[in-house]
Amino acid sequence: MLHTSPNSQPRARFIAGMRDTFPLLVGAAPFGIIFGALAVTSGFSPLGAATMSAFVFAGAAQFIAVGLVAAGTPGIVIVLTTFVVNLRHMLYSASLAPHLLALPARWLLPLGFWLTDESFVVAAKNFEEAKTETNRHWYLLGSELAMYVNWQLVTWIGIAAGQQIDDPQSWGLDFAMVVTFIGMLLPMIKDRPTVAAALVAGGAALLAHGLPNQLGLLLAALAGIGAGVLAERRWPAVVQG
Amino acid sequence: MNEFLLIAGMAVATMASRIPLLVWLSKRNLPAGWFRALRYVPPAVLAAIILPAVLIVDGKLTFAVSNAPLAAGIVTALVGWRSRSLLLTILVGMAALFIWRAIFNF
Repeated sequence: MLHTSPNSQPRARFIAGMRDTFPLLVGAAPFGIIFGALAVTSGFSPLGAATMSAFVFAGAAQFIAVGLVAAGTPGIVIVLTTFVVNLRHMLYSASLAPHLLALPARWLLPLGFWLTDESFVVAAKNFEEAKTETNRHWYLLGSELAMYVNWQLVTWIGIAAGQQIDDPQSWGLDFAMVVTFIGMLLPMIKDRPTVAAALVAGGAALLAHGLPNQLGLLLAALAGIGAGVLAERRWPAVVQG
Repeated sequence: MNEFLLIAGMAVATMASRIPLLVWLSKRNLPAGWFRALRYVPPAVLAAIILPAVLIVDGKLTFAVSNAPLAAGIVTALVGWRSRSLLLTILVGMAALFIWRAIFNF
Protein backbone atom coordinates (compact mmCIF):
# COMPACT_ATOMS: atom_id res chain seq x y z
CA MET A 1 0.00 0.00 0.00
CA LEU A 2 1.43 3.38 -1.02
CA HIS A 3 -0.25 5.45 1.61
CA THR A 4 -3.33 5.37 3.79
CA SER A 5 -5.44 8.47 4.11
CA PRO A 6 -7.04 9.17 7.49
CA ASN A 7 -10.46 8.71 5.82
CA SER A 8 -9.76 5.07 5.02
CA GLN A 9 -8.85 4.07 8.58
CA PRO A 10 -11.21 1.47 10.08
CA ARG A 11 -12.63 3.86 12.63
CA ALA A 12 -13.33 6.59 10.04
CA ARG A 13 -14.97 4.09 7.68
CA PHE A 14 -17.09 2.66 10.52
CA ILE A 15 -18.31 6.12 11.49
CA ALA A 16 -18.95 7.05 7.84
CA GLY A 17 -21.15 3.96 7.47
CA MET A 18 -23.13 4.91 10.57
CA ARG A 19 -23.44 8.53 9.47
CA ASP A 20 -24.66 7.69 5.96
CA THR A 21 -27.27 5.36 7.48
CA PHE A 22 -28.74 7.90 9.88
CA PRO A 23 -31.67 9.08 7.69
CA LEU A 24 -32.66 5.44 7.18
CA LEU A 25 -32.90 4.94 10.94
CA VAL A 26 -35.56 7.64 10.95
CA GLY A 27 -37.39 5.83 8.16
CA ALA A 28 -37.15 2.42 9.85
CA ALA A 29 -38.15 3.63 13.34
CA PRO A 30 -41.94 3.83 12.81
CA PHE A 31 -41.84 0.41 11.12
CA GLY A 32 -40.16 -1.13 14.18
CA ILE A 33 -42.53 0.56 16.60
CA ILE A 34 -45.52 -0.81 14.71
CA PHE A 35 -43.93 -4.26 14.62
CA GLY A 36 -43.45 -4.29 18.41
CA ALA A 37 -46.98 -3.06 19.03
CA LEU A 38 -48.50 -5.46 16.52
CA ALA A 39 -46.55 -8.47 17.84
CA VAL A 40 -47.79 -8.15 21.42
CA THR A 41 -51.36 -7.54 20.28
CA SER A 42 -51.23 -10.62 18.00
CA GLY A 43 -50.24 -13.28 20.51
CA PHE A 44 -46.49 -12.86 20.98
CA SER A 45 -45.10 -12.32 24.48
CA PRO A 46 -43.07 -9.12 24.97
CA LEU A 47 -39.92 -11.26 25.32
CA GLY A 48 -40.83 -13.17 22.16
CA ALA A 49 -41.28 -9.96 20.16
CA ALA A 50 -37.93 -8.59 21.40
CA THR A 51 -36.22 -11.91 20.71
CA MET A 52 -37.51 -11.96 17.16
CA SER A 53 -36.05 -8.50 16.43
CA ALA A 54 -32.76 -9.57 18.04
CA PHE A 55 -32.28 -12.86 16.17
CA VAL A 56 -34.31 -12.60 12.95
CA PHE A 57 -33.73 -8.89 12.28
CA ALA A 58 -35.77 -8.73 9.06
CA GLY A 59 -38.59 -6.19 9.11
CA ALA A 60 -40.77 -7.45 6.27
CA ALA A 61 -40.49 -11.10 7.36
CA GLN A 62 -41.25 -10.19 10.98
CA PHE A 63 -44.39 -8.30 9.96
CA ILE A 64 -45.62 -11.15 7.82
CA ALA A 65 -44.91 -13.68 10.57
CA VAL A 66 -46.97 -11.71 13.06
CA GLY A 67 -49.86 -11.62 10.59
CA LEU A 68 -49.58 -15.37 9.97
CA VAL A 69 -49.42 -16.19 13.69
CA ALA A 70 -52.53 -14.10 14.26
CA ALA A 71 -54.23 -16.09 11.48
CA GLY A 72 -53.27 -19.40 13.11
CA THR A 73 -50.83 -20.51 10.39
CA PRO A 74 -48.67 -23.60 11.21
CA GLY A 75 -45.11 -22.74 12.29
CA ILE A 76 -43.40 -24.65 9.50
CA VAL A 77 -45.35 -22.63 6.91
CA ILE A 78 -44.27 -19.41 8.64
CA VAL A 79 -40.61 -20.50 8.56
CA LEU A 80 -40.81 -21.36 4.83
CA THR A 81 -42.57 -18.07 4.15
CA THR A 82 -39.77 -16.25 5.97
CA PHE A 83 -37.24 -17.86 3.66
CA VAL A 84 -39.15 -16.85 0.52
CA VAL A 85 -39.72 -13.29 1.75
CA ASN A 86 -35.99 -13.02 2.42
CA LEU A 87 -34.81 -14.42 -0.92
CA ARG A 88 -34.02 -10.88 -2.09
CA HIS A 89 -31.11 -10.92 0.37
CA MET A 90 -29.40 -13.41 -1.94
CA LEU A 91 -29.22 -10.68 -4.57
CA TYR A 92 -27.81 -8.30 -1.97
CA SER A 93 -25.16 -10.66 -0.67
CA ALA A 94 -24.16 -11.61 -4.23
CA SER A 95 -23.77 -7.89 -5.05
CA LEU A 96 -21.70 -7.04 -2.00
CA ALA A 97 -19.48 -10.15 -1.96
CA PRO A 98 -17.08 -8.91 -4.72
CA HIS A 99 -16.33 -5.87 -2.53
CA LEU A 100 -15.50 -8.07 0.45
CA LEU A 101 -13.00 -10.43 -1.16
CA ALA A 102 -10.82 -12.59 1.04
CA LEU A 103 -12.38 -11.61 4.36
CA PRO A 104 -12.31 -14.31 7.06
CA ALA A 105 -15.48 -16.01 8.29
CA ARG A 106 -15.40 -14.05 11.55
CA TRP A 107 -16.20 -11.00 9.39
CA LEU A 108 -18.45 -12.53 6.74
CA LEU A 109 -20.82 -14.34 9.11
CA PRO A 110 -21.79 -11.27 11.17
CA LEU A 111 -21.85 -9.02 8.07
CA GLY A 112 -24.28 -11.50 6.50
CA PHE A 113 -26.41 -11.83 9.63
CA TRP A 114 -26.87 -8.04 9.87
CA LEU A 115 -27.50 -7.45 6.13
CA THR A 116 -30.73 -5.52 5.47
CA ASP A 117 -32.29 -3.64 2.55
CA GLU A 118 -31.09 -0.33 3.96
CA SER A 119 -27.46 -1.25 4.69
CA PHE A 120 -27.21 -2.96 1.31
CA VAL A 121 -28.34 0.15 -0.58
CA VAL A 122 -26.15 2.50 1.47
CA ALA A 123 -23.08 0.27 1.08
CA ALA A 124 -23.66 -0.49 -2.63
CA LYS A 125 -23.82 3.26 -3.33
CA ASN A 126 -20.68 3.98 -1.31
CA PHE A 127 -18.71 1.08 -2.81
CA GLU A 128 -19.57 2.15 -6.34
CA GLU A 129 -18.70 5.80 -5.78
CA ALA A 130 -15.48 5.20 -3.86
CA LYS A 131 -13.85 2.53 -5.98
CA THR A 132 -10.41 2.69 -4.39
CA GLU A 133 -11.59 2.95 -0.79
CA THR A 134 -10.18 0.31 1.54
CA ASN A 135 -11.78 -1.10 4.70
CA ARG A 136 -15.16 -1.51 3.04
CA HIS A 137 -16.13 -4.11 5.63
CA TRP A 138 -15.79 -1.48 8.35
CA TYR A 139 -18.14 0.86 6.45
CA LEU A 140 -20.71 -1.91 6.03
CA LEU A 141 -20.37 -2.90 9.68
CA GLY A 142 -21.01 0.68 10.81
CA SER A 143 -24.16 0.86 8.71
CA GLU A 144 -25.39 -2.55 9.86
CA LEU A 145 -24.80 -1.96 13.57
CA ALA A 146 -26.59 1.40 13.40
CA MET A 147 -29.61 -0.33 11.82
CA TYR A 148 -29.46 -3.19 14.34
CA VAL A 149 -29.29 -1.08 17.50
CA ASN A 150 -32.02 1.21 16.17
CA TRP A 151 -34.26 -1.78 15.35
CA GLN A 152 -33.93 -3.18 18.89
CA LEU A 153 -34.74 0.17 20.51
CA VAL A 154 -37.79 0.90 18.36
CA THR A 155 -39.08 -2.67 18.83
CA TRP A 156 -38.96 -2.17 22.59
CA ILE A 157 -40.79 1.15 22.28
CA GLY A 158 -43.44 -0.58 20.19
CA ILE A 159 -43.80 -3.43 22.71
CA ALA A 160 -44.25 -0.91 25.51
CA ALA A 161 -46.76 1.07 23.45
CA GLY A 162 -48.55 -2.04 22.19
CA GLN A 163 -50.68 -2.43 25.28
CA GLN A 164 -51.93 1.15 24.80
CA ILE A 165 -52.77 1.14 21.08
CA ASP A 166 -55.80 -0.55 19.54
CA ASP A 167 -54.91 -0.77 15.85
CA PRO A 168 -51.22 0.14 15.38
CA GLN A 169 -51.32 -0.31 11.61
CA SER A 170 -54.16 2.15 11.04
CA TRP A 171 -51.86 5.14 11.65
CA GLY A 172 -50.05 4.77 8.34
CA LEU A 173 -46.64 5.03 10.00
CA ASP A 174 -45.42 2.01 8.04
CA PHE A 175 -45.44 4.27 4.98
CA ALA A 176 -42.21 5.82 6.36
CA MET A 177 -40.37 2.86 4.83
CA VAL A 178 -41.78 3.57 1.36
CA VAL A 179 -40.96 7.28 1.68
CA THR A 180 -37.39 6.36 2.64
CA PHE A 181 -37.05 4.03 -0.33
CA ILE A 182 -38.29 6.75 -2.72
CA GLY A 183 -35.61 9.08 -1.35
CA MET A 184 -32.97 6.35 -1.84
CA LEU A 185 -34.09 5.43 -5.36
CA LEU A 186 -33.95 8.92 -6.90
CA PRO A 187 -30.15 9.43 -6.82
CA MET A 188 -29.68 5.98 -8.41
CA ILE A 189 -31.56 7.01 -11.54
CA LYS A 190 -28.66 8.50 -13.44
CA ASP A 191 -28.65 6.98 -16.92
CA ARG A 192 -30.91 5.12 -19.32
CA PRO A 193 -30.08 1.60 -18.08
CA THR A 194 -31.01 2.51 -14.48
CA VAL A 195 -34.23 4.14 -15.72
CA ALA A 196 -35.04 0.94 -17.62
CA ALA A 197 -34.23 -1.23 -14.59
CA ALA A 198 -36.48 0.82 -12.29
CA LEU A 199 -39.37 1.16 -14.74
CA VAL A 200 -39.45 -2.51 -15.73
CA ALA A 201 -39.08 -3.70 -12.12
CA GLY A 202 -41.82 -1.32 -10.94
CA GLY A 203 -44.15 -2.31 -13.77
CA ALA A 204 -43.51 -6.01 -13.26
CA ALA A 205 -44.15 -5.63 -9.50
CA LEU A 206 -47.55 -4.09 -10.28
CA LEU A 207 -48.41 -6.95 -12.62
CA ALA A 208 -47.20 -9.60 -10.15
CA HIS A 209 -48.51 -8.09 -6.91
CA GLY A 210 -51.10 -10.82 -6.57
CA LEU A 211 -48.43 -13.50 -6.06
CA PRO A 212 -47.98 -14.61 -2.44
CA ASN A 213 -45.03 -14.02 -0.12
CA GLN A 214 -43.36 -11.24 -2.06
CA LEU A 215 -42.51 -13.62 -4.89
CA GLY A 216 -43.70 -10.81 -7.15
CA LEU A 217 -40.97 -8.58 -5.71
CA LEU A 218 -38.30 -11.14 -6.52
CA LEU A 219 -39.53 -11.73 -10.09
CA ALA A 220 -39.87 -7.99 -10.65
CA ALA A 221 -36.33 -7.35 -9.40
CA LEU A 222 -34.97 -10.01 -11.78
CA ALA A 223 -36.96 -8.48 -14.68
CA GLY A 224 -35.56 -5.04 -13.81
CA ILE A 225 -31.97 -6.34 -13.70
CA GLY A 226 -32.51 -7.95 -17.12
CA ALA A 227 -33.89 -4.69 -18.50
CA GLY A 228 -30.86 -2.79 -17.17
CA VAL A 229 -28.45 -5.22 -18.80
CA LEU A 230 -30.28 -5.07 -22.15
CA ALA A 231 -30.49 -1.27 -22.04
CA GLU A 232 -26.77 -1.09 -21.30
CA ARG A 233 -26.01 -2.76 -24.64
CA ARG A 234 -27.81 0.01 -26.44
CA TRP A 235 -27.00 2.99 -24.18
CA PRO A 236 -23.71 2.48 -22.30
CA ALA A 237 -23.95 3.19 -18.57
CA VAL A 238 -22.58 6.48 -17.25
CA VAL A 239 -20.56 4.74 -14.56
CA GLN A 240 -18.65 1.78 -15.90
CA GLY A 241 -18.75 -1.20 -13.53
CA MET B 1 -45.52 -24.26 17.97
CA ASN B 2 -43.65 -22.66 20.85
CA GLU B 3 -42.91 -19.03 19.95
CA PHE B 4 -39.17 -19.37 20.58
CA LEU B 5 -38.98 -22.46 18.38
CA LEU B 6 -40.74 -20.46 15.66
CA ILE B 7 -38.29 -17.58 16.10
CA ALA B 8 -35.33 -19.97 15.92
CA GLY B 9 -36.70 -21.38 12.65
CA MET B 10 -37.21 -17.89 11.23
CA ALA B 11 -33.69 -16.89 12.28
CA VAL B 12 -32.19 -19.87 10.43
CA ALA B 13 -34.38 -19.18 7.35
CA THR B 14 -33.22 -15.55 7.29
CA MET B 15 -29.53 -16.40 7.72
CA ALA B 16 -29.88 -18.96 4.91
CA SER B 17 -30.81 -16.09 2.58
CA ARG B 18 -28.11 -13.67 3.75
CA ILE B 19 -24.92 -15.58 4.51
CA PRO B 20 -24.15 -18.38 1.96
CA LEU B 21 -23.68 -16.24 -1.17
CA LEU B 22 -21.71 -13.65 0.78
CA VAL B 23 -19.26 -16.32 1.90
CA TRP B 24 -19.16 -18.25 -1.39
CA LEU B 25 -18.80 -15.29 -3.77
CA SER B 26 -16.24 -13.49 -1.63
CA LYS B 27 -13.86 -16.40 -2.24
CA ARG B 28 -13.81 -16.02 -6.03
CA ASN B 29 -14.06 -13.30 -8.64
CA LEU B 30 -17.42 -13.05 -10.35
CA PRO B 31 -17.46 -12.97 -14.17
CA ALA B 32 -17.51 -9.30 -15.25
CA GLY B 33 -20.96 -9.64 -16.81
CA TRP B 34 -22.51 -10.82 -13.54
CA PHE B 35 -20.84 -8.04 -11.63
CA ARG B 36 -22.24 -5.42 -14.01
CA ALA B 37 -25.73 -6.91 -13.87
CA LEU B 38 -25.74 -6.78 -10.07
CA ARG B 39 -25.35 -3.00 -10.24
CA TYR B 40 -29.03 -2.88 -11.20
CA VAL B 41 -30.18 -4.70 -8.05
CA PRO B 42 -30.70 -1.58 -5.88
CA PRO B 43 -32.82 0.48 -8.32
CA ALA B 44 -34.79 -2.61 -9.40
CA VAL B 45 -35.60 -3.78 -5.87
CA LEU B 46 -36.52 -0.32 -4.62
CA ALA B 47 -38.80 0.40 -7.59
CA ALA B 48 -40.43 -3.02 -7.16
CA ILE B 49 -41.21 -2.21 -3.52
CA ILE B 50 -42.32 1.39 -4.08
CA LEU B 51 -44.72 1.16 -7.04
CA PRO B 52 -47.13 -1.42 -5.56
CA ALA B 53 -46.98 0.37 -2.19
CA VAL B 54 -48.24 3.64 -3.66
CA LEU B 55 -50.47 2.41 -6.49
CA ILE B 56 -52.26 -0.64 -5.09
CA VAL B 57 -55.08 -0.05 -2.62
CA ASP B 58 -57.08 -3.05 -1.39
CA GLY B 59 -55.60 -5.22 -4.13
CA LYS B 60 -56.49 -2.87 -7.00
CA LEU B 61 -54.50 -0.39 -9.10
CA THR B 62 -55.74 3.01 -7.86
CA PHE B 63 -54.93 6.36 -9.46
CA ALA B 64 -57.67 8.27 -7.55
CA VAL B 65 -56.86 11.65 -5.99
CA SER B 66 -57.99 10.20 -2.65
CA ASN B 67 -55.11 7.65 -2.74
CA ALA B 68 -52.99 9.22 0.03
CA PRO B 69 -49.88 7.02 -0.49
CA LEU B 70 -49.82 7.98 -4.19
CA ALA B 71 -50.14 11.70 -3.45
CA ALA B 72 -47.53 11.48 -0.67
CA GLY B 73 -45.28 9.43 -2.95
CA ILE B 74 -45.39 12.13 -5.64
CA VAL B 75 -44.65 14.86 -3.09
CA THR B 76 -41.79 12.74 -1.72
CA ALA B 77 -40.30 12.24 -5.18
CA LEU B 78 -40.47 15.97 -5.96
CA VAL B 79 -38.86 16.97 -2.66
CA GLY B 80 -36.22 14.25 -2.95
CA TRP B 81 -35.39 15.26 -6.50
CA ARG B 82 -35.05 18.97 -5.64
CA SER B 83 -33.45 18.80 -2.20
CA ARG B 84 -31.22 15.69 -2.34
CA SER B 85 -31.58 15.54 1.45
CA LEU B 86 -32.89 12.13 2.48
CA LEU B 87 -33.91 13.22 5.98
CA LEU B 88 -35.91 16.22 4.69
CA THR B 89 -37.48 13.99 2.03
CA ILE B 90 -38.67 11.47 4.64
CA LEU B 91 -40.12 14.12 6.96
CA VAL B 92 -41.93 16.02 4.19
CA GLY B 93 -43.21 12.77 2.67
CA MET B 94 -44.74 11.62 5.96
CA ALA B 95 -46.24 15.08 6.57
CA ALA B 96 -47.80 14.91 3.09
CA LEU B 97 -49.31 11.50 3.90
CA PHE B 98 -50.89 12.71 7.14
CA ILE B 99 -52.24 15.91 5.56
CA TRP B 100 -53.71 13.98 2.66
CA ARG B 101 -55.31 11.43 4.96
CA ALA B 102 -56.75 14.23 7.10
CA ILE B 103 -58.23 15.91 4.01
CA PHE B 104 -59.79 12.73 2.64
CA ASN B 105 -60.59 11.38 6.11
CA PHE B 106 -59.21 7.86 5.79
